[in-house]
Order: sequence, then structure tokens, then C-alpha cells
Amino acid sequence: MLTVKNVNTFYGQLHALKNVSLHLKKGEIVTLIGANGAGKSTLINTISGLTPPRTGSILLDGFAIEKLPPHRIVELGISQVPEGRQIFNTLSVKENLELGAFLYLRKKGGRRLYEEMVEKIFHLFPVLRERCHQPAGTLSGGEQQMLAIGRALMARPQILLLDEPSMGLAPLIVKEIFSVIHALARQGGTTILLVEQNAKAALRIADRGYVLETGKVIMEGEALELMENKEVKRAYLGRDRKDIWER
Amino acid sequence: MKIWDPLHECMPREDLEQLQLERLQATLNRVYKNVVHYRKLFNEISFVPEDFQSLGDLKKLPFTSPTDLQENYPYGMFAVPLREVVRLHSAPGRSIKPIVLGYTKNDIRTWANLVARFMVAAGVERDDLVQIAFLYGLQTGAFGIHYGAEAIGASVIPMSTGNTEKQVTIMQDYRSTVLVCTPSYALRIADFMEEHNLNPHGLALRLGLFGGEPWTEERRKEIEERLGIVATDNYGVSEIIGPGIAGECVYKSGLHLFEDAFYPEIIDPHSGEVLPPGHVGELVITTLVKEAIPLIRYRTGDLTRLDYSPCSCGRTLVRMEKPRGRTDDMIIVKGVNVFPSQIEQIIFHLTGEQPLFQILVDHRSSLDQVEIKIGVTEKIFALELLEQTRLLESLRRRIRSVIGINTTIRLVEPATLTNVESKVKHIWSGPVD
Repeated sequence: MLTVKNVNTFYGQLHALKNVSLHLKKGEIVTLIGANGAGKSTLINTISGLTPPRTGSILLDGFAIEKLPPHRIVELGISQVPEGRQIFNTLSVKENLELGAFLYLRKKGGRRLYEEMVEKIFHLFPVLRERCHQPAGTLSGGEQQMLAIGRALMARPQILLLDEPSMGLAPLIVKEIFSVIHALARQGGTTILLVEQNAKAALRIADRGYVLETGKVIMEGEALELMENKEVKRAYLGRDRKDIWER
Repeated sequence: MKIWDPLHECMPREDLEQLQLERLQATLNRVYKNVVHYRKLFNEISFVPEDFQSLGDLKKLPFTSPTDLQENYPYGMFAVPLREVVRLHSAPGRSIKPIVLGYTKNDIRTWANLVARFMVAAGVERDDLVQIAFLYGLQTGAFGIHYGAEAIGASVIPMSTGNTEKQVTIMQDYRSTVLVCTPSYALRIADFMEEHNLNPHGLALRLGLFGGEPWTEERRKEIEERLGIVATDNYGVSEIIGPGIAGECVYKSGLHLFEDAFYPEIIDPHSGEVLPPGHVGELVITTLVKEAIPLIRYRTGDLTRLDYSPCSCGRTLVRMEKPRGRTDDMIIVKGVNVFPSQIEQIIFHLTGEQPLFQILVDHRSSLDQVEIKIGVTEKIFALELLEQTRLLESLRRRIRSVIGINTTIRLVEPATLTNVESKVKHIWSGPVD
């Protein structure tokens, strides 16, 4: 459903994505793995329109989106959960969720749809219902991450882009969040592109993955294959970080 | 009709091309980084993998020839450190030293699944008993089929080659349902059963999966009738992976080439130009998923053509015609690839000379016979008769141990060899003397 072809993205002079191609099929969980600075987050930001590509194409169901502004891309069904969550601390949990509904809230029947969606999110993350009127800043890290995911889901995306959802969270919370991500794809049919430092956890729930290195894709494969790949193991799964090209 | 990997075997062409592009770009990035040979070649033509924009760009890249593999003997073409390689095999090269082939754990898994694809396409099921009569050893054939059959869940009988009597006994007693060997060996089994008044139709055998050497439709008919089975063809190249590059489905109308793992091109073997679909030329393969030894535009030396029209079986993969012949002088004897240059080197090593010689391959009986005629030189002529006989015997033994085939060797008047067009002569028909 999403096809990225030969994308090149720059930060000023810095060539951050070098001729990257990738695809997502409906309902798939695809993960991007790679070291810091490999271009994983840049790729997600490039798809969501935050750092548009200089060259290359991004097609959503055959429709070119690479030149569209971020809000248009959200409208077409691609939502991003940004790195570091980026929630509004002084607003309540529910108000944060409301922001995610900006596409339809003021439209006819929008209010009802909004209430429906909030119900769904509370069903997914029951703890958010309890904290409903609390300022988001008072939530724990894990709860804030749930809120960030909930806010992205409020826009009813077909594709959810997740940037480091496990960052700074306790293992038990990570497990819970990953099982929700898994359920979103398997039961809800949402397509997911997941960037994770914790490659092992990501590969466990993913169907496929791409390995990025200095802005280039060096490998594409099924999650199981990538888990077995020694290079991936050493470099990104934390077995040992010794340089394997020591021949 | 079952399909082992419907996702990849029945992909819409557009999706397949995107996947091929992604995998090609990743492969190019990896070989550029990890294989000195490719980094050097790419630098020479000022190509950086980041410039690779479409599948059509592949034609700008240089070929990989068997000689490249030879020159990088033993491990120069490896894209991973040796300790990540879980298996080594070998394939005959142009000289006495064979080519080394390596597989990572993922390569072995990929291999099993690719072989399983054509086995399932040919009708093999988990209830089958698969008798494998390929040589277990350095060659790739037996192990590839073995893994594929196990992946399907079939029962494997790892017979290896030779001892036809035992093969037949086990086939009868164990009730083997699938025979995997070279087509010529299938005929040898049929011969043996006839000679011993055994009825092949009394066997449980129902399928034959044959590969390792080219064979004709007539031969297929003969095998099917004499053994009472359905016979399908499959295609592999040891240097690339072994069996598991392409295979026929039950419609027997071309071999489905597994394009998500191997990108095929057909080229004019002389000019190197890519030919449009449907033209006969040399098959060139670029690997898309291999880890240990990725190959860019490897020249297989096999002449064939590709048919992109859909097949009745539902697979969308391109079909390659049974290979029609070779671009070089390689001959295949009982599934073993033989290059005249290997014979030449052996003769040189033992005689210190380069006499004229010709290889006669007699295909008239079910198992090919090879005769080597060597033109007598003054030095050989001067030898005593006993010495001459010894020389021929050591040549025969050396060829047997280095190349792995039995031959008869004759000394002839050099004048009878001066006018021959080729070092190899095939005898296909005529009375057997």
C-alpha cells in the first residue's frame, strides 16, 4: 500500500537518506533497524512529510504524497507517533486526544465519531480512562507513550509510523505497548512502520524488516531471517558490539 | 494444486519489481562494502550503489564470470566473515582447482524453501518418500533436494549415487514414491529393472524430479512411459546456490524461475547486450537474497529464453525454457560438469606436453560414455609399450579423481585430430558398436 522508491533526504548538506526504497503491505508490521544516525527516524519523518525528500517517490496506494505537507498526509491516513512522545503536558489526557481528532472534529457528525474513537482508545489503554482529566504531564512515561499512540490513532490512520516507542520505558511497560502495537496490526488491520532501538523486541512482533546503515538499506528480509543474521545480531541485537568486519 | 510460498510465487508483477529493486539495492550496498572484487569493479566504472535507480540500471554493471570466482579462490568472493558460514560446497571450475561455495544459516534456510517450491510445484507432498540418488558430498545437488524435501515434511531416503541394484531394492521395499536423480540415471534404473525382469509399474513410484543435466522432451516421454511416473525438470547452478533456481510445475510448460531471489537477464553471449523477452540467449543471474556469496550478473553459460506470460498454475513467476545448450564447451557427464580445459591441464601435468586431444561423448545408451583421444607426440611415441600403458592408466585415474568421471583413453595418430572443429564431439544417434 505504501511504496517508497529511491528516496534521498538531506539536512542541509548532510545526505541522510541515500537512495532508499521500501514498501509496506496492508496489515504488515515492518521494522527499521540500525545504529544511531543510520537514518531510521529520518525515513519516518520523510514519509510523514516533516523532512520531505529531495528526490525519489512515495506512493500511497499509487498516489504520490512526497510533495504534500504533513497535515495533508495525515488526512490521507498516515499518522506518526513522534520520538519522545511530544504530548502537551498542561493539557488533560482527553484534550490531548482531542488534538488528534482535528481532521473531523468540526465536521458534521464529528463529535460523535470523536467520542467513539476516545472509547476505542480507552479500551486499548484502560489506564488512560482513569487518568482522563489529569494533566498529561503528571502521567508516567509509559502512560505518556500510550497517550501519544492514542493521539495518533485518533486520526484513524491506515498507516501508523512509530518512532522509538520503547525509549526510556521499563521492560514490563514496553511489553504491554508492543502487544498493543501487535494487536493493532493483527486485529485492527493497521499497517505499522516501527523504528526501534530495541531491535530484538521489534523483530519479535514484526513481519519484515529493513536494516539501515549510514543512510542506506543494506538488507531486507523477514523478521526471522534478520534475527538469524549474524551481522544484525552483533550490531543491533546487542550480543556484542565488536566490529565484525575485522578480516 | 499446492503452492509452497504463494506470497512470493504469485506476486503481482508491480509488487515483485519493487521487491526486486529493494533487494538489489541492498545487495549492491553490501557487496560494495564487503567484497573487494566488486568494490574494485564498481570503482573502475565510477558506479556507486546509491545511483542505482531502477532494475534497468543493472545492464550498466559488469558481469561476473566463472573466471572471477576462480581468481578469487578460495574465499575472495565471500561477503561475510568465514565464521558466519555454516557450510562449504564446491563446483568444478575451469582449472583443476574447484570453486568454493559458502552458505550462511539463512542461505541454507532460503535454499530449503526454494527447493521446496519446485518440489511442491512438481506434486511432492508431506506423505511422500523421496529417494535422493544424487551424490552426497561436495556437490550441491543432494543436500539442496534433501533440505527441500525435509522442509515439506516428506520422508527422505538419502541414497546417494551408484549401486543400482540397491537403489531398486530400496525403491521396491521402502515403497519410494519420488525419485530424484539425473534423467540419464532414471533410464539406467529402467534398464536395470528390464534386464532383471522386474516390473517398474509395480513400484509405488509416482513422481520423478530430474535435473543436473539437460534432457529432451523425447527423453521425458521415455522415462515417464518406462517407469510409469510423471517427470519434471528443475534447474540450478552450483555457483549460484545449487538446485532451487527454477523448476517446472505439473503443466510442464517451462521452468518457473524464482525471481524474488534471482533476477534473470538474457544476453547476447557475444556482445553482452541484454535481449528483449522471448529471445534466446545466455541466462545471467543476479542474486537478491544470498548472504555468503552474492553474485552480480553471473554468467551461467546456459542458453535459454524467458516467457513472461502467466501460467495456468497461478504462479506469476517468469518461465524459462529448458536450457538449449551451452555458450562454452562445458560438457555434462552423468550430472558432472566437465570442462575440456580441465582435461587439458591434467594431460599437461602428467606428460609435460600439450598434445592434441578430443573428447568424444557418446549419449546413445542411457549412461554417457566418454572417450578421450590423444594425439601421439614424439615423446609419448618413444616410450616403451608398458610405459605408454602406465601413462594412460595414470591419466585415467587422475581424471577420475580430479573430475570424477570414468573415461577410456586412446592414443591416435595426431593427423586424425588436426582437422577436428572442436575439442568435444557428441554422438547422439547411430548404431552402438
